[in-house]
Amino acid sequence: MAERKDIEIDFGRIEAQRTRLNLGPQHPSTHGVLRLEVELDGEIVTEVVPHIGYLHRCFEKYAENKTYPQVIPYIDRLDYITSMSNEIPYVLGIEKMMGIKVSEKVEAIRTILAELNRIASHQIAVATFGMDAGAFTPFLFFFRDRESILDIFEKLSGARLLYNYIRIGGLMNDLYPSFKNDVLDVINVIRKTNAEVMDLLIDNKIFIERTINIGVLPADVAISFGCSGPVLRGSGVPFDLRRDEPYLNYDKFDFEVCVGKGEMGTLGDSYDRNIVRYHEMEESCRIIEQALKILPDASEDVRSAMPKKVAPKGEIYAKAENPKGELGFYIVGDGKNKPARIKSRSACFVNLSALPAISQGSMIADLILILGSVDIVLGEVDR
Amino acid sequence: MKSNEIFERLIAEFPEDIISLNEDENSESFIYVNPRNIVEIMLFLRDENDLFFDYLSCLSGVDSKENLTVVYNLYSIQLKHRITIKADIPKENPSIATVEKVWLTADWHEREAWDLIGIKFEGHHNLIRILNPYDWEGHPLQKDYKTPEYYHGMRVPV
Repeated sequence: MAERKDIEIDFGRIEAQRTRLNLGPQHPSTHGVLRLEVELDGEIVTEVVPHIGYLHRCFEKYAENKTYPQVIPYIDRLDYITSMSNEIPYVLGIEKMMGIKVSEKVEAIRTILAELNRIASHQIAVATFGMDAGAFTPFLFFFRDRESILDIFEKLSGARLLYNYIRIGGLMNDLYPSFKNDVLDVINVIRKTNAEVMDLLIDNKIFIERTINIGVLPADVAISFGCSGPVLRGSGVPFDLRRDEPYLNYDKFDFEVCVGKGEMGTLGDSYDRNIVRYHEMEESCRIIEQALKILPDASEDVRSAMPKKVAPKGEIYAKAENPKGELGFYIVGDGKNKPARIKSRSACFVNLSALPAISQGSMIADLILILGSVDIVLGEVDR
Repeated sequence: MKSNEIFERLIAEFPEDIISLNEDENSESFIYVNPRNIVEIMLFLRDENDLFFDYLSCLSGVDSKENLTVVYNLYSIQLKHRITIKADIPKENPSIATVEKVWLTADWHEREAWDLIGIKFEGHHNLIRILNPYDWEGHPLQKDYKTPEYYHGMRVPV
């Protein structure tokens, strides 16, 4: 009988080599022209460095060379899927500087439009997040229903995406006759689709398993990073400017501030950020219903408070709860018809800065989902 | 907490560094401070229990012709009050200490202020351009900025 020997094979030393990979700027999963420089250890992400600026259009420099009303179209182009909401903090800031009071009807219309736009934005966010996870059908459902919201905006302003509708001291024009019915119809459609998407996507076991416990953002880190909107609320911080610093007439309405509860996985994971957006659509529907009730029927001149000359003096930091988070404008006026300085504090820019912290140590496939759950629009990141 | 109460608290703690309080009905109320001790002032604003400014809403650089100004818009999520802190720095040597240790969000905001206005944040771990290309020259939001004619052989549209 042969003697048994330990077999020794020399495989050489397997070096753990770090790979540097460029994700973007022309990659569909980066939701725009974002370049992520990723360092990988096998499949594990060890470092993420976002490179932004591919869509930089010098908004702040342009704004210094335009009159105050001329800045509004540029603001539309910041976050180009929530143009209606973008205009609100800027307009409110100028109105406060000049001491302009707008009528109740104008305020109610602004609220309704902002909430409709919030639904449209969250539809895209939830839809693309589902698509990042591999679910294509909800994407089609949401884009079909978003069309009906855009139809309302088109009937109001003539444009489907970039409206220039909310003006300093008023609105571009009055509502059209069947506006109320159109909005109520849209709300019904949205609620029906949301119920369907609940079964298809949100409550789907594959989707839940795929999105829980990745990209966990603890509450104190989120606050220190200045996160806002669904990203902050997904971490369980009940902070919403609509309730905590009421503007327009949000203080008259009864609505809930949705927060992440960590019911499926860890508090502050990608699932929580997504579920907050999903529930906020229903809250927006409730706000719109209440706003439609207090919307005066009589036709009135929505341009009556619009000033002839816009030349405010002073400075203000005006902010509003946009679908993506807190959009703020720091406006310095020196009494001329052009602003001396406008700084835009964009929610996407600030939320994206937290990405390296929350994606370290995750798998490369999860990085795409984490980025999707932060919900960025590069137009607002790069300005 | 009202802005004048915040001002009282600050002036009791830092009698030499707090310059003035500006209150106006249709404007933001802001406190001018000396840039020398900015980090200590910000840590005090963040950590005191009755101030508790845990949220840096916005950090902007402003070119006000004579000098550059750094503007910090602070907010307290816990106590729901706000204040604006301003610090003037000379144009010849536009530098101020970084507050990225106080709030993590200051990292990108300060990079943006460096990129567009040219304010140097001393002690920042990675003060490079963020919106403009890394090899861009000049700081576009300075009032005396001249747009270059060419960038890598491409004509810059004006």
